[in-house]
Amino acid sequence: MFRIRFHGRGGQGMKTASRILGSAFFLAGYEVQDAPRYGAERRGAPIFAYVRADHCAINERGIIRHPDLVVVADDTLVGMPAAGVTEGVNENTLLLINSHESARTWARRLNTRARILILTAMDEVEDRAELPYIGSRCAAAAAVLCGVISRDLLLAALNEELAHLPDEVVKKNRDTAVDVFENMAGEVGLVSQGGQQTANDYVRPAWITLPFESAEISNLAVHAGATSVLVRTGLWRTMRPVIDYDKCNGCWWICSTYCPDGTIDVGADGFPQIDYQHCKGCLVCVAQCPPHAIASISEQLAREQENEVAS
Amino acid sequence: MTRKLVTGNSAAAWGARLAGVDYIPAFPITPQTEIIEDLAAWIDRGEMDARLVTLESEHSMITAAGSAASSGVRAFTATSSQGLLYGMEMIYTVAGWRTPFVLVNVSRGLASPITLESDHNDIMAARDSGFVQIHCATCQEIADGVLLAYRLAEHPQVRVPAIVNLDGFYLSFTREPVDLADASKARAFVGEYDPENLQFRGNSPLSQAMAVLGGGPYSYFRYQAHLALQQALAVYDEIADEFAEIFGRRYQMIDCYRMEDAEYVFVMLGSFSTKARDAVDSLRAAGWKTGLLRPRLFRPFPQAQIRQLLQGRRAVAVIDQNISMGMGGVLHSEFTSALYGTGDAPLVASYIGGLGGRNISQQEFFAIANELEQAYEEGAAPPPRLLYTEEELTEMRKLQAIAQAEHAQIHHN
Repeated sequence: MFRIRFHGRGGQGMKTASRILGSAFFLAGYEVQDAPRYGAERRGAPIFAYVRADHCAINERGIIRHPDLVVVADDTLVGMPAAGVTEGVNENTLLLINSHESARTWARRLNTRARILILTAMDEVEDRAELPYIGSRCAAAAAVLCGVISRDLLLAALNEELAHLPDEVVKKNRDTAVDVFENMAGEVGLVSQGGQQTANDYVRPAWITLPFESAEISNLAVHAGATSVLVRTGLWRTMRPVIDYDKCNGCWWICSTYCPDGTIDVGADGFPQIDYQHCKGCLVCVAQCPPHAIASISEQLAREQENEVAS
Repeated sequence: MTRKLVTGNSAAAWGARLAGVDYIPAFPITPQTEIIEDLAAWIDRGEMDARLVTLESEHSMITAAGSAASSGVRAFTATSSQGLLYGMEMIYTVAGWRTPFVLVNVSRGLASPITLESDHNDIMAARDSGFVQIHCATCQEIADGVLLAYRLAEHPQVRVPAIVNLDGFYLSFTREPVDLADASKARAFVGEYDPENLQFRGNSPLSQAMAVLGGGPYSYFRYQAHLALQQALAVYDEIADEFAEIFGRRYQMIDCYRMEDAEYVFVMLGSFSTKARDAVDSLRAAGWKTGLLRPRLFRPFPQAQIRQLLQGRRAVAVIDQNISMGMGGVLHSEFTSALYGTGDAPLVASYIGGLGGRNISQQEFFAIANELEQAYEEGAAPPPRLLYTEEELTEMRKLQAIAQAEHAQIHHN
């Protein structure tokens, strides 16, 4: 069975990628299961989707725990534990990362025995949630790496899944997929299919008997205040609001009041401060500020600039 | 027939479309909403001739579905979890009206704590309502199950509403290949809805579901509903046979997998059972005679068939994806009750697993088979077990440490 997981950010089209690949496998005569994983998903938040394909009916269900192929549309997710990119990855896994950096760099960074390939990143875009055609690129790359889907079948699947989009958009997606098939011609069929767990040789689950605990411990109350502060929703941000204090007129209330996440505080001096650990980058503040003192910049570029300054 | 990739939710919508439903009262809830979105889109595009109305709650939605069925139109609706509970007063009420319609429930665990992921406590809460319950394990079964459910619900010997149940996430958002029945064949199979004496008309007022006091009339009506569900057992086979003849897919009321010579049997409901199929294959390859028994029809409960199928087996593991607080797994209780007092009954072990969408791994099925063999050798069933690992408790402890940090500090001071 082929087991493939796509990782990206909400908006990058990972569900669509899984559907294009799923449909292509189906057209190639495979039994297929594809699904996105929903949770607190939204634009910019880490999401994943997966595809199983086999020649017989698929009984396995739910999240793929040991993928044969992991496709990462956005390399900023790799080091993010919440994104779970490297979950269940082992020496039999192929990791395809859309990145400007080399496979060697990633192998060293991740300290993994998984094989790593780079899907050469296109030019950096301002808003990563809008990486153009990345869904189709990832689906096409996965198809090449699995080695059992022809270019024409992939294109047929792409047409089917993108039928609701304007013709010119579909055409650009098709061109992207064709490029991938040409550029990756030397990498056909690198994915090896994982097998089935056998009952002869397995690790017994470390079951425990859940002990009774008094309601003081086992009720649902959260005693420690502001525990949600520990969830760094700032990781979802693809665009960053930046305050220009020369333009800010110190109205003291508009941006901080409109911020739906309460991430803008006004200091004693009457000027606002953005908590980037938790700002999700919705840019409501940018739209609301009367003197237009808040601009939005690419999160990716902002981070790169910060790194340069730091080094 | 067209075989295509559709999600469980879409398969449910296709079932309603192919059954030619007239009226769809709707209210959104995760993970069900795609069903009504699909239906709304088809109606908008003129591909489906039906009326969809969004109501202000599930309580009204279920009332509307029951009322519409009383007036002679074929009604369809869908909900999940908290929504099913919010409409629960009317679930019991409309079942008493004996009006046939189909409700799809997309199973999701109940609050508190709140979750989006699947287990069966929502559907178990409707167990005693008087609805027929059909439980699905694949997307194919969902599309077909809706057609079967209309036939069963509208059958003159039965005439009660029916729930078709599917698991959230594991089926609702998962695409699988589904053979969509030919539209005209599906319509011919389901037939026209003949509401008989349920013809509520503005010009001929009727009243139903009046108050009865004294217990005698009440007992009569309640027991009649019970008898109607028992009738559904016999009627189900007829309908399933007819379905198999037309569409080539046979849906026994109990799905048996490699049961022929099985000594150890897994019992499960819903989509997690396909995981057990893989486990059965692996265990058999390793020399264990295992099998899987999955009730498709949960209400009415096919007691006699279960007795017959399990007699002479060594041991059975009932894996419940639900929990009745203070008692344990609901399915386990029902199976032990069905088997009690029959000669040659197997040992019955209880496992609770898959709560809130928690995975059940292949290793866990293997270990369960192992425990069954041990139980058989010792002649006694093991105590009930929650499928829960040391690692899960460690993760839980971390969360508790965060949640209680301040509390500890206050107590310390």
